[in-house]
Amino acid sequence: MRKDNLIIAKKKFNSRLIVGTGKYKNMNECAKAIKISGAEIVTVAVRRVNISDRNKPLLMDFIDPKKITYLPNTAGCFNSEEALRTLRLAREIGGWKLVKLEVLGDKKNLFPDMIETLKSTEVLTKEGFKVMVYCNDDPLMAKRLENVGACAIMPLAAPIGSGLGIQNTTNIKIIRSQTKLPLIIDAGLGQASDATIAMELGCDGVLANTAIAKAKKPFLMSSAFKDAVIAGRNSYLAGRIEKTLYGNASSPKSGII
Amino acid sequence: MKNIKKIKIRVNGKLSSINDNLSLLNLINHLKIPLKKVAIELNLEIVDKNKLNKINLKNNDKIEIVHFIGGG
Repeated sequence: MRKDNLIIAKKKFNSRLIVGTGKYKNMNECAKAIKISGAEIVTVAVRRVNISDRNKPLLMDFIDPKKITYLPNTAGCFNSEEALRTLRLAREIGGWKLVKLEVLGDKKNLFPDMIETLKSTEVLTKEGFKVMVYCNDDPLMAKRLENVGACAIMPLAAPIGSGLGIQNTTNIKIIRSQTKLPLIIDAGLGQASDATIAMELGCDGVLANTAIAKAKKPFLMSSAFKDAVIAGRNSYLAGRIEKTLYGNASSPKSGII
Repeated sequence: MKNIKKIKIRVNGKLSSINDNLSLLNLINHLKIPLKKVAIELNLEIVDKNKLNKINLKNNDKIEIVHFIGGG
């Protein structure tokens, strides 16, 4: 049987779950949750080094970038200029070309500013970045991102950190049907079954952070997400039955006593 | 004792006064920054980490030193 890998920018991954590294109580908890999740890609943010307290633990000391693929993001950027600056710096840290672009447009709902996002995707692609793009669940915008060179489309399920789960399954299905690029649901998942639904819709992967980090038991939720993604993927590949309005008995009618 | 001229620079938003004759590499070493785990920007331009010793700091220079932290 052919191995069912997730392939992003020609790189193969066994796990279809990408996890964020934010919001954990500490680095140990974060590293353990990642290990349990089986994720091979983790998102990371670019921030100032604390120059007055250098005893603060460093992410790289807990999560080895040689073993786990770091996916630098542009969280907190509200325009193209900030996002480009952030990712150019990220590349400089250690040659990271695979990045997650996220240009926000509103501080309250954290929806992406798609005009700035599109602009940034184009520039970054020309500079040789492999850009995974956080976007709205809008098929037209998803198509435009693809046209300017995005290497993965990452529509939101719901606002970042909201835990609402997938709000518009129809749009996700339309985006799925129109693109062969990796389609990864990013943001807004609340529980493991949300990940299963995403995978059953035909998505190639999911990205979760808050749902795991802020669960009452993060390690258990991490394990649940791992299983949920695998279950959803298998369910999608297995091919579901047609829906019918009326009942259809499972046991044969012949031989009834 | 000879007076060494001081200059003012801003590192990660924080103003500090340093000796006039320092290179960017001197500053990074002084701050004990692990060079392999950071990126450095001088006045909004990314700096090649192999050439830090060739860059002399000037008055009003703005230096940003960034690294990866947890994020979603």
